[in-house]
Amino acid sequence: MRSLFRFLIKNYPFLLFIFLEAISLVLIFNFNNYQKVKYLNSANQVTASIYNSFNSVVNYFALVKINRELAHENATLKTILQTVPRIEIIPDPIFSEGVETDSSFRFISARVINNSVNRTSNYITLNKGKKHGIKPDQGIISREGIVGVITRVSDSYSIGLSVLNQRWSISTKLKKNDFLGSLAWGANEYRFANLLEIPFHVELAFGDTVLTSGYSSIFPEGIMIGTIQSFLQPEGGNYYDIKVKLSTNFKALTFVDVIDNLNKAEIKKLEHLIQDDPNNN
Amino acid sequence: MIRIIIKYAVMFISLVLIQVLLLNQVQFSGFVNPYMYILFILLLPLNTPRFAVLMLAFLLGITIDIFSNTLGIHSAATVFIAFIRPLIIRIISDREEDRSDYPGLKQNKLRWFLYYAFLMVVFHHIVLFYLEIFTFSNFLGTLFRILLSTLFSVFVIVLSQFIIFRE
Repeated sequence: MRSLFRFLIKNYPFLLFIFLEAISLVLIFNFNNYQKVKYLNSANQVTASIYNSFNSVVNYFALVKINRELAHENATLKTILQTVPRIEIIPDPIFSEGVETDSSFRFISARVINNSVNRTSNYITLNKGKKHGIKPDQGIISREGIVGVITRVSDSYSIGLSVLNQRWSISTKLKKNDFLGSLAWGANEYRFANLLEIPFHVELAFGDTVLTSGYSSIFPEGIMIGTIQSFLQPEGGNYYDIKVKLSTNFKALTFVDVIDNLNKAEIKKLEHLIQDDPNNN
Repeated sequence: MIRIIIKYAVMFISLVLIQVLLLNQVQFSGFVNPYMYILFILLLPLNTPRFAVLMLAFLLGITIDIFSNTLGIHSAATVFIAFIRPLIIRIISDREEDRSDYPGLKQNKLRWFLYYAFLMVVFHHIVLFYLEIFTFSNFLGTLFRILLSTLFSVFVIVLSQFIIFRE
């Protein structure tokens, strides 16, 4: 027994090393299950406020560019307003039933205070949180296209997975023939992602536009994702190998919009009912 | 004693801030990311108790992890190099008189410091990158990234020795 103690005391650095490595590994595996760890992430008060104050200084240098972008977006929106036929103030009782679904999204503007593109799992930290109405599972878009989805929220900050993250995929459709697929990032280049589940019989062309499908309650239908950069037919497979050039430049994100789906609770409840229904199977 | 503690505390905070605010935003060709923060472990005096080195390494790693949402990865890599540091020092300094108590650039020969920094950085990056990817598929591709990142990290670390932290 005494020699055991002597052994332990003599080798304490090694035991401490094993202990600390074990803690690290436990943290790695628990963090993968990413709802568990609550405070040890960059949405906590201390880290987020450091990022926020640093970012507000850096943003001064980007103000010219941001102004130009906002002016450009204003112009685009005005052009769209011109082309849309005048909206009736008294809704048409027959027509309004079908149109109403599109007005169920609310947009919350937020500033990106931390962002990365070079990891295998990239995250975005935003300067809006619970008190601004942000909740987990809301979509994030920018002027250029899709950005990510909110996963964790603190009082005044929030974190989202960006598209550049292997932990999720996005339901997509091709603009020209509405064919459904899913988009996943291959953890290599920040400008490109892979489009999966498109069978060989679909006709594709270089530069085809890929949009969100609207089949999930995260994103509304028709948000820009990117354009097809290249596609090939792998031997022995059933699906194309498609490389999509993302329309969003993740290196230059400044302002984004968070999408709040006002009908989400109702949709979820309805879908839940079907899953519970024994007659369904 | 107090002076040394304050000096290392300032170094800790400034290295963490430099890492998360500046270097994490730097990307050469998408994937190469220099990690300078382990300079703190490199520069701890050689007579620091081993448990203190390990605990400080864990604290440093977890701080970087919290900032970059990679919980556990940096702390595992940093604790690993803190553990093998005495071994590396023993291997690269063959004569007893070669060693100075403070393993900085000024107190030792440039060649010694380059060896030291390179070995520490390369082991740190091997653990870090393979834990981050968590697969041995595309083994060589990851190895190439490790070597490229190591070159940048060593460059930044040696450069910093010439500019600041001269003591």
